[in-house]
Amino acid sequence: MNYTFQFGDVFAAWPLLVRGTWITIQLSAEAMLLGLLVAILCAWGKTAGPRPLRWLINAYIELIRNTPFLVQLFFFYFALPALGVRWSAHTAALAAMVVNLGAYATEIIRAGIESIPKGQIEAGLALNLNAVDIFRFVILKPALRAIYPALTSQFILLMLASSVVSAISADDLTSVAANLQSQTFRSFEIYIVVAVIYLVLSLLFSALFRLIQRRWLSYPERR
Amino acid sequence: MRTFGFPDFLFMLEAARWTIALSLIAFAGGSVGGLLLALARISPNRLLRSAASGFIKLFQGTPLLLQLFLIFFGAPVIGIEVNPWTAASVALILNSSAFLGEIWRGCIEAIPAGQWEAAHALSLSYVSRLRDVILPQAFKIALPPTVGYLVQIIKGTSLAAIIGFVEVTRTGQIINNATFQPLVVFSVVAAIYFVLCWPLSLLAARMERRRAAAHAR
Repeated sequence: MNYTFQFGDVFAAWPLLVRGTWITIQLSAEAMLLGLLVAILCAWGKTAGPRPLRWLINAYIELIRNTPFLVQLFFFYFALPALGVRWSAHTAALAAMVVNLGAYATEIIRAGIESIPKGQIEAGLALNLNAVDIFRFVILKPALRAIYPALTSQFILLMLASSVVSAISADDLTSVAANLQSQTFRSFEIYIVVAVIYLVLSLLFSALFRLIQRRWLSYPERR
Repeated sequence: MRTFGFPDFLFMLEAARWTIALSLIAFAGGSVGGLLLALARISPNRLLRSAASGFIKLFQGTPLLLQLFLIFFGAPVIGIEVNPWTAASVALILNSSAFLGEIWRGCIEAIPAGQWEAAHALSLSYVSRLRDVILPQAFKIALPPTVGYLVQIIKGTSLAAIIGFVEVTRTGQIINNATFQPLVVFSVVAAIYFVLCWPLSLLAARMERRRAAAHAR
Protein backbone atom coordinates (compact mmCIF):
# COMPACT_ATOMS: atom_id res chain seq x y z
CA MET A 1 0.00 0.00 0.00
CA ASN A 2 1.65 3.20 -1.16
CA TYR A 3 -1.13 5.69 -0.84
CA THR A 4 -0.77 9.01 0.92
CA PHE A 5 -3.97 10.14 2.51
CA GLN A 6 -4.72 13.77 1.76
CA PHE A 7 -7.51 15.10 3.87
CA GLY A 8 -6.61 18.72 3.05
CA ASP A 9 -9.12 19.13 0.24
CA VAL A 10 -11.86 17.56 2.34
CA PHE A 11 -11.34 19.78 5.37
CA ALA A 12 -10.95 22.85 3.17
CA ALA A 13 -14.53 22.24 2.06
CA TRP A 14 -15.85 22.27 5.63
CA PRO A 15 -18.55 24.92 5.03
CA LEU A 16 -20.10 22.64 2.40
CA LEU A 17 -19.90 19.66 4.73
CA VAL A 18 -21.52 21.61 7.57
CA ARG A 19 -24.31 22.71 5.24
CA GLY A 20 -24.84 19.16 4.01
CA THR A 21 -24.89 17.84 7.56
CA TRP A 22 -27.42 20.45 8.56
CA ILE A 23 -29.68 19.56 5.63
CA THR A 24 -29.45 15.88 6.51
CA ILE A 25 -30.40 16.69 10.12
CA GLN A 26 -33.24 18.93 8.97
CA LEU A 27 -34.61 16.42 6.45
CA SER A 28 -34.43 13.60 9.00
CA ALA A 29 -36.03 15.62 11.81
CA GLU A 30 -38.88 16.81 9.57
CA ALA A 31 -39.44 13.29 8.26
CA MET A 32 -39.44 11.88 11.80
CA LEU A 33 -42.09 14.33 13.01
CA LEU A 34 -44.33 14.10 9.94
CA GLY A 35 -43.80 10.33 9.67
CA LEU A 36 -44.77 9.91 13.31
CA LEU A 37 -47.94 11.91 12.69
CA VAL A 38 -48.83 9.77 9.65
CA ALA A 39 -48.09 6.65 11.68
CA ILE A 40 -50.27 7.67 14.63
CA LEU A 41 -53.19 8.42 12.31
CA CYS A 42 -52.71 5.15 10.42
CA ALA A 43 -52.29 3.13 13.61
CA TRP A 44 -55.51 4.64 14.93
CA GLY A 45 -57.26 3.89 11.63
CA LYS A 46 -55.93 0.35 11.62
CA THR A 47 -57.05 -0.47 15.15
CA ALA A 48 -60.32 1.46 15.29
CA GLY A 49 -61.29 2.39 11.73
CA PRO A 50 -63.91 0.87 9.42
CA ARG A 51 -62.97 -2.18 7.36
CA PRO A 52 -62.21 -0.45 3.99
CA LEU A 53 -59.91 2.01 5.74
CA ARG A 54 -58.10 -0.78 7.53
CA TRP A 55 -57.67 -2.59 4.22
CA LEU A 56 -56.28 0.56 2.59
CA ILE A 57 -53.80 1.17 5.41
CA ASN A 58 -52.68 -2.46 5.24
CA ALA A 59 -52.06 -2.15 1.50
CA TYR A 60 -50.01 1.00 2.09
CA ILE A 61 -47.89 -0.68 4.76
CA GLU A 62 -47.23 -3.85 2.76
CA LEU A 63 -46.43 -1.90 -0.40
CA ILE A 64 -43.89 0.33 1.30
CA ARG A 65 -42.30 -2.34 3.47
CA ASN A 66 -41.75 -4.69 0.55
CA THR A 67 -40.13 -2.31 -1.93
CA PRO A 68 -36.74 -0.56 -1.66
CA PHE A 69 -36.55 3.04 -0.48
CA LEU A 70 -34.53 3.94 -3.58
CA VAL A 71 -37.35 2.82 -5.85
CA GLN A 72 -39.89 4.75 -3.77
CA LEU A 73 -37.67 7.80 -4.10
CA PHE A 74 -37.45 7.42 -7.88
CA PHE A 75 -41.20 7.02 -7.98
CA PHE A 76 -41.73 10.26 -6.07
CA TYR A 77 -39.12 12.21 -8.01
CA PHE A 78 -39.54 10.90 -11.57
CA ALA A 79 -42.99 9.30 -11.77
CA LEU A 80 -45.21 11.67 -9.80
CA PRO A 81 -44.16 14.76 -11.83
CA ALA A 82 -45.40 12.83 -14.88
CA LEU A 83 -48.79 12.94 -13.18
CA GLY A 84 -48.52 16.71 -12.78
CA VAL A 85 -46.99 17.01 -9.29
CA ARG A 86 -44.31 19.69 -9.42
CA TRP A 87 -41.73 19.62 -6.69
CA SER A 88 -38.01 20.02 -6.05
CA ALA A 89 -35.62 17.17 -5.30
CA HIS A 90 -35.64 18.27 -1.66
CA THR A 91 -39.43 18.11 -1.30
CA ALA A 92 -39.64 14.82 -3.19
CA ALA A 93 -36.98 13.39 -0.87
CA LEU A 94 -38.86 14.56 2.22
CA ALA A 95 -42.15 13.16 0.91
CA ALA A 96 -40.56 9.78 0.16
CA MET A 97 -39.00 9.68 3.64
CA VAL A 98 -42.28 10.54 5.36
CA VAL A 99 -44.21 7.92 3.41
CA ASN A 100 -41.52 5.32 4.07
CA LEU A 101 -41.22 5.99 7.79
CA GLY A 102 -45.01 6.23 8.15
CA ALA A 103 -45.43 2.62 7.04
CA TYR A 104 -42.80 1.18 9.38
CA ALA A 105 -43.82 3.31 12.33
CA THR A 106 -47.52 2.44 11.90
CA GLU A 107 -46.74 -1.22 12.53
CA ILE A 108 -44.61 -0.35 15.54
CA ILE A 109 -47.24 1.92 17.10
CA ARG A 110 -50.04 -0.53 16.34
CA ALA A 111 -48.12 -3.17 18.29
CA GLY A 112 -47.89 -0.68 21.17
CA ILE A 113 -51.60 0.11 21.04
CA GLU A 114 -52.48 -3.57 21.06
CA SER A 115 -50.34 -4.09 24.14
CA ILE A 116 -52.64 -1.80 26.16
CA PRO A 117 -54.87 -3.96 28.36
CA LYS A 118 -58.60 -3.60 27.76
CA GLY A 119 -59.20 -2.86 31.41
CA GLN A 120 -57.13 0.28 31.12
CA ILE A 121 -59.39 1.64 28.37
CA GLU A 122 -62.47 0.66 30.40
CA ALA A 123 -60.99 2.51 33.35
CA GLY A 124 -60.70 5.56 31.11
CA LEU A 125 -64.36 5.19 30.12
CA ALA A 126 -65.32 4.83 33.76
CA LEU A 127 -63.59 8.13 34.48
CA ASN A 128 -65.86 9.67 31.83
CA LEU A 129 -63.02 10.63 29.48
CA ASN A 130 -64.08 11.28 25.90
CA ALA A 131 -62.81 9.21 22.96
CA VAL A 132 -60.05 11.64 22.01
CA ASP A 133 -58.73 11.90 25.57
CA ILE A 134 -58.82 8.14 25.98
CA PHE A 135 -56.81 7.75 22.79
CA ARG A 136 -54.34 10.43 23.78
CA PHE A 137 -53.72 9.69 27.43
CA VAL A 138 -54.86 6.15 28.06
CA ILE A 139 -53.78 4.47 24.83
CA LEU A 140 -51.21 6.51 22.91
CA LYS A 141 -48.87 7.66 25.64
CA PRO A 142 -48.41 4.28 27.33
CA ALA A 143 -48.20 2.70 23.87
CA LEU A 144 -45.45 5.10 22.78
CA ARG A 145 -43.67 4.37 26.00
CA ALA A 146 -43.80 0.64 25.40
CA ILE A 147 -42.47 0.78 21.85
CA TYR A 148 -40.15 3.76 22.24
CA PRO A 149 -36.89 1.81 21.68
CA ALA A 150 -38.20 0.19 18.47
CA LEU A 151 -39.54 3.51 17.23
CA THR A 152 -36.36 5.46 17.83
CA SER A 153 -34.17 2.81 16.21
CA GLN A 154 -36.47 3.07 13.19
CA PHE A 155 -35.88 6.84 13.29
CA ILE A 156 -32.14 6.32 13.20
CA LEU A 157 -32.44 3.82 10.35
CA LEU A 158 -34.37 6.52 8.49
CA MET A 159 -31.65 9.09 9.14
CA LEU A 160 -29.08 6.68 7.72
CA ALA A 161 -31.33 5.80 4.78
CA SER A 162 -31.59 9.51 4.00
CA SER A 163 -28.14 9.21 2.39
CA VAL A 164 -29.95 7.50 -0.48
CA VAL A 165 -31.67 10.77 -1.43
CA SER A 166 -28.31 11.83 -2.89
CA ALA A 167 -29.32 9.63 -5.85
CA ILE A 168 -31.73 12.39 -6.92
CA SER A 169 -29.23 15.11 -5.89
CA ALA A 170 -31.22 16.48 -3.00
CA ASP A 171 -28.59 18.67 -1.33
CA ASP A 172 -27.92 16.39 1.68
CA LEU A 173 -24.59 15.31 3.18
CA THR A 174 -24.00 12.42 0.78
CA SER A 175 -24.75 14.66 -2.23
CA VAL A 176 -22.17 17.13 -0.93
CA ALA A 177 -19.71 14.25 -0.67
CA ALA A 178 -20.46 13.12 -4.22
CA ASN A 179 -19.94 16.66 -5.54
CA LEU A 180 -16.67 17.09 -3.64
CA GLN A 181 -15.57 13.74 -4.98
CA SER A 182 -16.01 14.83 -8.58
CA GLN A 183 -14.10 18.07 -7.94
CA THR A 184 -11.15 16.81 -5.92
CA PHE A 185 -11.00 13.05 -6.74
CA ARG A 186 -10.23 12.41 -3.06
CA SER A 187 -13.09 9.91 -2.91
CA PHE A 188 -11.70 7.63 -0.20
CA GLU A 189 -10.87 10.47 2.19
CA ILE A 190 -14.21 12.18 1.60
CA TYR A 191 -16.28 9.07 2.22
CA ILE A 192 -14.31 8.26 5.37
CA VAL A 193 -15.01 11.73 6.77
CA VAL A 194 -18.67 11.59 5.78
CA ALA A 195 -19.11 8.10 7.25
CA VAL A 196 -17.70 9.42 10.52
CA ILE A 197 -20.17 12.33 10.41
CA TYR A 198 -23.06 9.89 9.98
CA LEU A 199 -21.75 7.79 12.87
CA VAL A 200 -21.64 10.89 15.08
CA LEU A 201 -25.13 11.89 13.92
CA SER A 202 -26.56 8.51 14.84
CA LEU A 203 -24.92 8.70 18.28
CA LEU A 204 -26.27 12.23 18.77
CA PHE A 205 -29.77 11.23 17.74
CA SER A 206 -29.81 8.28 20.12
CA ALA A 207 -28.55 10.51 22.94
CA LEU A 208 -31.33 12.99 22.14
CA PHE A 209 -33.94 10.21 22.14
CA ARG A 210 -32.76 9.00 25.55
CA LEU A 211 -33.08 12.55 26.84
CA ILE A 212 -36.62 12.86 25.49
CA GLN A 213 -37.50 9.56 27.09
CA ARG A 214 -36.22 10.64 30.46
CA ARG A 215 -37.90 14.03 30.24
CA TRP A 216 -41.34 13.20 28.84
CA LEU A 217 -41.96 9.50 28.74
CA SER A 218 -41.00 8.31 32.15
CA TYR A 219 -43.30 8.42 35.11
CA PRO A 220 -43.11 6.65 38.43
CA GLU A 221 -43.77 2.92 38.21
CA ARG A 222 -46.53 1.53 40.37
CA ARG A 223 -44.93 -0.40 43.18
CA MET B 1 -38.11 7.85 -28.45
CA ARG B 2 -39.68 4.46 -27.94
CA THR B 3 -42.39 3.28 -25.63
CA PHE B 4 -42.16 0.78 -22.83
CA GLY B 5 -42.86 -2.64 -24.28
CA PHE B 6 -42.68 -6.31 -23.51
CA PRO B 7 -38.93 -6.61 -24.33
CA ASP B 8 -38.23 -3.97 -21.66
CA PHE B 9 -40.23 -5.98 -19.19
CA LEU B 10 -38.21 -9.08 -20.08
CA PHE B 11 -35.00 -7.09 -19.66
CA MET B 12 -36.09 -6.20 -16.13
CA LEU B 13 -37.07 -9.76 -15.30
CA GLU B 14 -33.68 -10.93 -16.48
CA ALA B 15 -32.05 -8.33 -14.26
CA ALA B 16 -34.04 -9.73 -11.34
CA ARG B 17 -31.66 -12.70 -11.57
CA TRP B 18 -28.83 -10.45 -10.48
CA THR B 19 -30.88 -8.97 -7.67
CA ILE B 20 -31.58 -12.50 -6.45
CA ALA B 21 -27.97 -13.63 -6.93
CA LEU B 22 -26.63 -10.63 -5.03
CA SER B 23 -29.15 -11.20 -2.23
CA LEU B 24 -28.13 -14.85 -1.92
CA ILE B 25 -24.44 -13.95 -1.80
CA ALA B 26 -25.13 -11.31 0.85
CA PHE B 27 -27.23 -13.71 2.88
CA ALA B 28 -24.75 -16.60 2.67
CA GLY B 29 -21.78 -14.41 3.56
CA GLY B 30 -23.80 -12.48 6.13
CA SER B 31 -24.84 -15.72 7.84
CA VAL B 32 -21.25 -16.82 8.31
CA GLY B 33 -20.18 -13.35 9.47
CA GLY B 34 -23.29 -12.94 11.60
CA LEU B 35 -22.78 -16.25 13.38
CA LEU B 36 -19.14 -15.41 14.11
CA LEU B 37 -20.15 -11.96 15.40
CA ALA B 38 -22.96 -13.36 17.55
CA LEU B 39 -20.60 -15.93 19.06
CA ALA B 40 -17.93 -13.29 19.63
CA ARG B 41 -20.53 -11.07 21.33
CA ILE B 42 -21.36 -13.77 23.90
CA SER B 43 -17.84 -15.12 24.26
CA PRO B 44 -16.11 -15.09 27.66
CA ASN B 45 -13.19 -13.21 26.07
CA ARG B 46 -13.58 -9.48 26.67
CA LEU B 47 -11.39 -8.40 23.76
CA LEU B 48 -13.43 -10.50 21.34
CA ARG B 49 -16.66 -9.09 22.77
CA SER B 50 -15.69 -5.48 22.37
CA ALA B 51 -14.19 -6.01 18.90
CA ALA B 52 -17.46 -7.56 17.71
CA SER B 53 -19.58 -4.86 19.29
CA GLY B 54 -17.36 -2.17 17.74
CA PHE B 55 -17.79 -3.74 14.31
CA ILE B 56 -21.56 -3.90 14.76
CA LYS B 57 -21.79 -0.29 16.00
CA LEU B 58 -19.74 0.88 13.04
CA PHE B 59 -21.86 -0.90 10.44
CA GLN B 60 -25.20 -0.14 12.08
CA GLY B 61 -24.27 3.50 12.66
CA THR B 62 -23.28 4.42 9.11
CA PRO B 63 -25.40 4.29 5.94
CA LEU B 64 -25.13 1.20 3.74
CA LEU B 65 -24.65 3.54 0.77
CA LEU B 66 -21.52 5.04 2.35
CA GLN B 67 -20.16 1.56 3.11
CA LEU B 68 -20.71 0.72 -0.54
CA PHE B 69 -18.92 3.89 -1.67
CA LEU B 70 -16.03 3.33 0.71
CA ILE B 71 -15.41 -0.17 -0.60
CA PHE B 72 -15.97 0.75 -4.24
CA PHE B 73 -13.72 3.81 -4.15
CA GLY B 74 -11.46 2.75 -1.32
CA ALA B 75 -10.32 -0.68 -2.49
CA PRO B 76 -8.47 0.67 -5.57
CA VAL B 77 -6.60 2.98 -3.21
CA ILE B 78 -5.04 0.05 -1.34
CA GLY B 79 -4.27 -1.60 -4.65
CA ILE B 80 -7.24 -3.93 -5.13
CA GLU B 81 -9.21 -3.45 -8.33
CA VAL B 82 -12.91 -3.96 -7.68
CA ASN B 83 -15.84 -4.13 -10.06
CA PRO B 84 -19.37 -3.26 -8.92
CA TRP B 85 -20.08 -6.98 -8.36
CA THR B 86 -17.33 -7.44 -5.76
CA ALA B 87 -17.90 -4.06 -4.14
CA ALA B 88 -21.64 -4.67 -3.78
CA SER B 89 -21.12 -8.22 -2.51
CA VAL B 90 -18.52 -7.23 0.08
CA ALA B 91 -20.50 -4.23 1.34
CA LEU B 92 -23.74 -6.19 1.63
CA ILE B 93 -21.99 -9.13 3.32
CA LEU B 94 -20.35 -6.89 5.93
CA ASN B 95 -23.55 -4.95 6.52
CA SER B 96 -25.79 -8.00 6.89
CA SER B 97 -23.17 -9.68 9.10
CA ALA B 98 -23.56 -6.79 11.54
CA PHE B 99 -27.37 -6.89 11.55
CA LEU B 100 -27.69 -10.69 11.60
CA GLY B 101 -25.03 -10.86 14.31
CA GLU B 102 -27.10 -8.56 16.50
CA ILE B 103 -30.35 -10.41 15.77
CA TRP B 104 -28.81 -13.78 16.53
CA ARG B 105 -27.08 -12.59 19.69
CA GLY B 106 -30.53 -11.66 20.97
CA CYS B 107 -31.82 -15.14 20.10
CA ILE B 108 -28.91 -16.86 21.85
CA GLU B 109 -29.38 -14.71 24.93
CA ALA B 110 -33.09 -15.58 24.98
CA ILE B 111 -32.15 -19.15 25.93
CA PRO B 112 -32.57 -19.43 29.72
CA ALA B 113 -29.36 -19.56 31.76
CA GLY B 114 -30.53 -22.88 33.21
CA GLN B 115 -29.80 -24.50 29.86
CA TRP B 116 -26.18 -23.35 30.03
CA GLU B 117 -25.91 -24.50 33.62
CA ALA B 118 -27.48 -27.89 32.91
CA ALA B 119 -25.09 -28.43 30.00
CA HIS B 120 -22.22 -27.39 32.23
CA ALA B 121 -23.37 -29.77 34.93
CA LEU B 122 -23.22 -32.58 32.37
CA SER B 123 -19.59 -31.49 31.93
CA LEU B 124 -20.02 -30.67 28.26
CA SER B 125 -17.24 -28.58 26.75
CA TYR B 126 -17.93 -24.94 25.74
CA VAL B 127 -18.12 -25.91 22.07
CA SER B 128 -20.44 -28.81 22.78
CA ARG B 129 -22.63 -26.67 25.04
CA LEU B 130 -23.06 -24.21 22.22
CA ARG B 131 -23.38 -26.67 19.38
CA ASP B 132 -25.56 -29.31 21.00
CA VAL B 133 -27.61 -27.38 23.54
CA ILE B 134 -27.83 -23.64 22.96
CA LEU B 135 -27.63 -23.08 19.20
CA PRO B 136 -30.29 -25.64 18.19
CA GLN B 137 -32.76 -23.92 20.52
CA ALA B 138 -31.69 -20.44 19.47
CA PHE B 139 -32.11 -21.48 15.82
CA LYS B 140 -35.84 -21.96 16.35
CA ILE B 141 -36.23 -18.49 17.81
CA ALA B 142 -34.01 -16.97 15.13
CA LEU B 143 -35.87 -18.31 12.11
CA PRO B 144 -38.72 -15.75 11.82
CA PRO B 145 -36.56 -12.60 12.25
CA THR B 146 -33.96 -14.04 9.88
CA VAL B 147 -36.53 -14.56 7.13
CA GLY B 148 -37.73 -11.03 7.85
CA TYR B 149 -34.19 -9.73 7.50
CA LEU B 150 -33.89 -11.44 4.11
CA VAL B 151 -36.43 -8.87 2.88
CA GLN B 152 -34.12 -6.08 4.09
CA ILE B 153 -31.23 -7.65 2.18
CA ILE B 154 -33.20 -7.87 -1.07
CA LYS B 155 -34.20 -4.21 -0.73
CA GLY B 156 -30.63 -3.28 0.17
CA THR B 157 -29.31 -4.70 -3.10
CA SER B 158 -31.10 -1.85 -4.91
CA LEU B 159 -28.37 0.51 -3.68
CA ALA B 160 -25.88 -1.36 -5.88
CA ALA B 161 -27.61 0.41 -8.78
CA ILE B 162 -25.96 3.66 -7.64
CA ILE B 163 -22.46 2.29 -8.27
CA GLY B 164 -23.56 0.94 -11.64
CA PHE B 165 -24.35 -2.68 -10.85
CA VAL B 166 -27.05 -3.71 -13.31
CA GLU B 167 -29.91 -5.19 -11.31
CA VAL B 168 -33.63 -4.39 -11.29
CA THR B 169 -33.40 -0.77 -10.15
CA ARG B 170 -30.55 0.03 -12.54
CA THR B 171 -32.42 -1.47 -15.51
CA GLY B 172 -35.39 0.65 -14.44
CA GLN B 173 -33.20 3.76 -14.66
CA ILE B 174 -31.80 2.72 -18.02
CA ILE B 175 -35.21 1.98 -19.53
CA ASN B 176 -36.64 5.17 -18.07
CA ASN B 177 -33.89 7.17 -19.73
CA ALA B 178 -34.82 5.62 -23.07
CA THR B 179 -38.60 5.72 -22.81
CA PHE B 180 -39.40 8.66 -20.48
CA GLN B 181 -42.25 6.70 -18.96
CA PRO B 182 -41.24 6.83 -15.30
CA LEU B 183 -44.70 5.98 -14.00
CA VAL B 184 -44.87 2.64 -15.83
CA VAL B 185 -41.18 1.81 -15.46
CA PHE B 186 -40.88 2.41 -11.72
CA SER B 187 -44.24 0.75 -11.05
CA VAL B 188 -42.93 -2.37 -12.75
CA VAL B 189 -39.66 -2.13 -10.80
CA ALA B 190 -41.58 -1.79 -7.54
CA ALA B 191 -43.83 -4.69 -8.53
CA ILE B 192 -40.83 -6.97 -9.14
CA TYR B 193 -39.43 -6.20 -5.68
CA PHE B 194 -42.86 -6.66 -4.16
CA VAL B 195 -43.22 -10.10 -5.74
CA LEU B 196 -39.81 -11.06 -4.36
CA CYS B 197 -40.29 -9.65 -0.87
CA TRP B 198 -43.94 -10.05 0.03
CA PRO B 199 -44.01 -13.86 0.21
CA LEU B 200 -41.00 -13.72 2.51
CA SER B 201 -42.68 -11.10 4.71
CA LEU B 202 -45.82 -13.24 4.94
CA LEU B 203 -43.73 -16.32 5.73
CA ALA B 204 -41.86 -14.47 8.48
CA ALA B 205 -45.11 -13.22 10.02
CA ARG B 206 -46.62 -16.72 9.87
CA MET B 207 -43.59 -18.31 11.50
CA GLU B 208 -43.64 -15.65 14.20
CA ARG B 209 -47.33 -16.28 14.94
CA ARG B 210 -46.74 -20.03 15.10
CA ARG B 211 -43.82 -19.60 17.43
CA ALA B 212 -45.80 -17.28 19.67
CA ALA B 213 -48.70 -19.74 19.72
CA ALA B 214 -46.39 -22.63 20.58
CA HIS B 215 -44.85 -20.52 23.29
CA ALA B 216 -48.22 -19.58 24.79
CA ARG B 217 -49.15 -23.22 25.29
